[in-house]
Amino acid sequence: MKKTISFITENFNKSSPDLVGGFQGFQRAINMEKEDIIQEIVLSGLKGRGGAKYPTGKKLMQSAEHHDKEKYIICNADEGEPGTFKDRELLLHDPYGVFEGMLIAAFAINASHGILYLREEYKYMIDDLKNALNHMRSLNLLGDRILKTELSFDISIFLGAGAYICGEETSLIESMEGKPGRPRIKPPYTLEKGLFSKPTLVNNVATFSTISAIIRNGYEEFIKYGTVESPGTKLISLCGNVNKPGAYEVPFGMTIREIIYDIGEGIRNGNSFKFAQIGGVSGPLVLPKHIDTPFSYEDLNEIGVPMGSGAIIVVDSDNDILDYLDAVQAFFKHESCGKCTPCREGNRQLLNILSRLREGKYSQEDTINIEKIAKTMKYASFCGLGQSAPAALLSAIEHCPQEIFKRRD
Amino acid sequence: MGDINLSIDNQVVIVPEGTTILEAAKKAHIKISTLCNHPDQTVKANCRICLVQIGEDQLVTACSTAVSEGMIVDTKSKLVRETQLGVLELILANHDQNCLKCIRNGNCELQDLCEKFSISREDIEIISPKDISIDSIPMDLSNSAIVRDYSKCIKCNRCVEVCREVQDASILAGSFRSTDYTVQPAYGKTLSQTLCTYCGQCLLVCPVGAIYEKSEIEQVWDAIDNPDMHVIVQVAPAVRVSIGEEFGYEPGTPVTGKVVAALRRIGFDQIFDTNFTADLTIIEEGHELIDRITNNKTLPMITSCSPGWINYMEGFFPEVINHVSTCKSPQQMFGALSKTYYADKIGIHPSKIFTVSIMPCTAKKFEAKREEMATDGVPDVDAVLTTRELAKFIKTVGIDFNNIQDEKFDDPFGITTGAAIIFGATGGVAEAALRTVYEVITKEELKELDFYDVRGLEGIKEATVKIGDLEAKVAVANGLKNARKLIEEVKKGTSPYHFIEIMSCPGGCIGGGGQPINTDKCIRDQRICGIYYLDKNMPIRKSHENPYIKKIYDEFLGEPNSHIAHKLLHTHYTPRQI
Repeated sequence: MKKTISFITENFNKSSPDLVGGFQGFQRAINMEKEDIIQEIVLSGLKGRGGAKYPTGKKLMQSAEHHDKEKYIICNADEGEPGTFKDRELLLHDPYGVFEGMLIAAFAINASHGILYLREEYKYMIDDLKNALNHMRSLNLLGDRILKTELSFDISIFLGAGAYICGEETSLIESMEGKPGRPRIKPPYTLEKGLFSKPTLVNNVATFSTISAIIRNGYEEFIKYGTVESPGTKLISLCGNVNKPGAYEVPFGMTIREIIYDIGEGIRNGNSFKFAQIGGVSGPLVLPKHIDTPFSYEDLNEIGVPMGSGAIIVVDSDNDILDYLDAVQAFFKHESCGKCTPCREGNRQLLNILSRLREGKYSQEDTINIEKIAKTMKYASFCGLGQSAPAALLSAIEHCPQEIFKRRD
Repeated sequence: MGDINLSIDNQVVIVPEGTTILEAAKKAHIKISTLCNHPDQTVKANCRICLVQIGEDQLVTACSTAVSEGMIVDTKSKLVRETQLGVLELILANHDQNCLKCIRNGNCELQDLCEKFSISREDIEIISPKDISIDSIPMDLSNSAIVRDYSKCIKCNRCVEVCREVQDASILAGSFRSTDYTVQPAYGKTLSQTLCTYCGQCLLVCPVGAIYEKSEIEQVWDAIDNPDMHVIVQVAPAVRVSIGEEFGYEPGTPVTGKVVAALRRIGFDQIFDTNFTADLTIIEEGHELIDRITNNKTLPMITSCSPGWINYMEGFFPEVINHVSTCKSPQQMFGALSKTYYADKIGIHPSKIFTVSIMPCTAKKFEAKREEMATDGVPDVDAVLTTRELAKFIKTVGIDFNNIQDEKFDDPFGITTGAAIIFGATGGVAEAALRTVYEVITKEELKELDFYDVRGLEGIKEATVKIGDLEAKVAVANGLKNARKLIEEVKKGTSPYHFIEIMSCPGGCIGGGGQPINTDKCIRDQRICGIYYLDKNMPIRKSHENPYIKKIYDEFLGEPNSHIAHKLLHTHYTPRQI
């Protein structure tokens, strides 16, 4: 039985605005009332695919309340979460689907400017993306009075400089304003005061792709998939020690075991499953006892795991958990922006203790302090980066202390 | 906006919508610990000390979170206490904890927090001593005014804000990220490689010992110890209303007589008043203004007594150099006279006179070291001490400042006026100039001496004064961002004024970078009150009525703007480039 779906990925490698049926979603949208477009997204139950899971329809509704002449839509393609590559696949194989989603949103909320914030590591795509935008311009799918509607809108590309923190929307905006990428205090929220203090709607690449698929097919088609609380499908990034890593579109509700063993064709060398990390490296560990948990917002929530970006990193029994945690913490130490104390100083201290744990030569205080430092980061950090940086470590201490504290004297 | 009801530590609190938890707690007499927060600055929320609990598993920073209806705030739960302590330990883990050798020992916001949280208890330590790593960049000792000790910096960003938002210089920024994150001039430059004005506002807001003045106390000791040296000292107007704070007096309390007495006990040979040369500045600058007005020369004329402003002007607005009065600042006029007129009078060779200034200012240290501030290789002023350094000096010597009997300044630079005292507050130079220029031009007595329009903490003030046939338009700016607004007009040629007074620091010299550390808006106000109180009670309140000023022109200078006055009391400016 085929387990993957082609709803969002329907047009992979074949989309072009001048193909028959191209930009059907947008064509349909411009013949709808703006409120109805938004209502359809509300009914689809779509939540932000970057990881914050804010209801997309609600966000569009709030954004539509701001009537400034200058209003921005930013597509967040700063896909920096380790193990996550769904946006890369979308931009490579169906860039028009992404841009169409931005167009639909622009039409629905009366936006004036669109920007694709592309992570520096995806620079190699920039020519193809620019060509796609030019092609859209030649068809009046961008520019003044698009397809004779009231909408005048264009999309430009802004290239990031390589900082993970710029995936966080206020840091992303700061960096676009020419400042160092560091998060802002909220409120004000970007919907009200974003880029250059103008109302700004920031959505993930996959969110825009999904918007275009939903409007193209109707929300009823979308909610045929998934569960009641997590309707539809999601593009996941499956990686790590699986036999067939890749980006796959799956319906919500499929179990983690099905994803790993059926879609990913199992674990390399027939090794056993040790743990997985869902949503990149900023979530707690998913242990063997959780492997039959359905992949949905509500079921993951039940085991205390946020879905995040939807990446699934599979780790097999050949790996040492301390090596893994060390790599995770090193990543966060490298990417911390330095603004707030807990994140700036905490990762360094966790790494100090981790290095002693890896040597098996640690003090009794280390076993207590590592948790205290991790909790300080979790509760006191300024933004999501620092708050979630110790999540894997904390869950490992809770669930498998015997693997963390192994004395080698 | 309506009122919000909330509960803080089981007390019902009602505050207007938009109030932060920190402010609301204050209303309930609960003092939440803070560190990066500063009364004159925007909310930053980057230190993460002011945590409070608002849900079963949620902490927020009280400084940055607005209250909401029905909110239940706990400021002292176990989670709050443990997390605050964790944050504090993490700050300390990258902070040079050599408190005994720190300039801010005993006056440090971080030290206060450590005391409050009993950080000395070993059983609550979460960072192993071997993990404490001070990996900062080297100290910046590049200039004569301000030292930056990066091993002490806690990255609160107060200095960045004051430099950018108040002083418009934007010298400082947060560089790099994570553990490399450093608050420093861009591209890793030293302050001397930037257009830093040395105003010292950054060190006034620094909560710890990361920024401070370059001390010259040792040089002063050496001079006092040297029997061949005649050591004299001048005291700037703003020092006398602020130094009392270091000894427990209310801000703004005038302690002039105690300062004089203390300086004498320290061992200075003669104690003089910078106010004398402030009066002299008014005569020289007043006549320069009259000359510019009557002979259609470059207007508006801008004051030159604030060295932070001069540095800013030379760096950022060299186009207006011709608008700036050529008068040296009172400090430098004093220095020049001390090595000429005074040296002659007492028959000591200038090289044997050591002239010390007590200034509310760090830029004065830079000014005294300028090449053009020397005559025949002898510097006009040999050492500059800030108000803070003098307070420390007095404590070191063991003088009981609070009980010492008042004493008077020495002659010939001891008789001064109210016009000179008000140099210490924003608007004071303009007011003093008006008192003199009015009478010199009209030859009539000025009845109302108080020009209230130019007083107070307002960023930009204006006044129009009828002087004979002339409607003299005067503007006053304090803080360099405010100055910029007036200078942009001058640059464009649209400035409507005849005379502009600019003081680099908010509030003028009473808010200078050399003043006691706790300086904030409220304290600036109190010091200003002290200044005008002194003015009101002076027997002479106009510079040109100072009998010793008349005498020095008779004996030495000839007349205002004479050749010798120009040689000694005037200067020139050079565009600063980096």
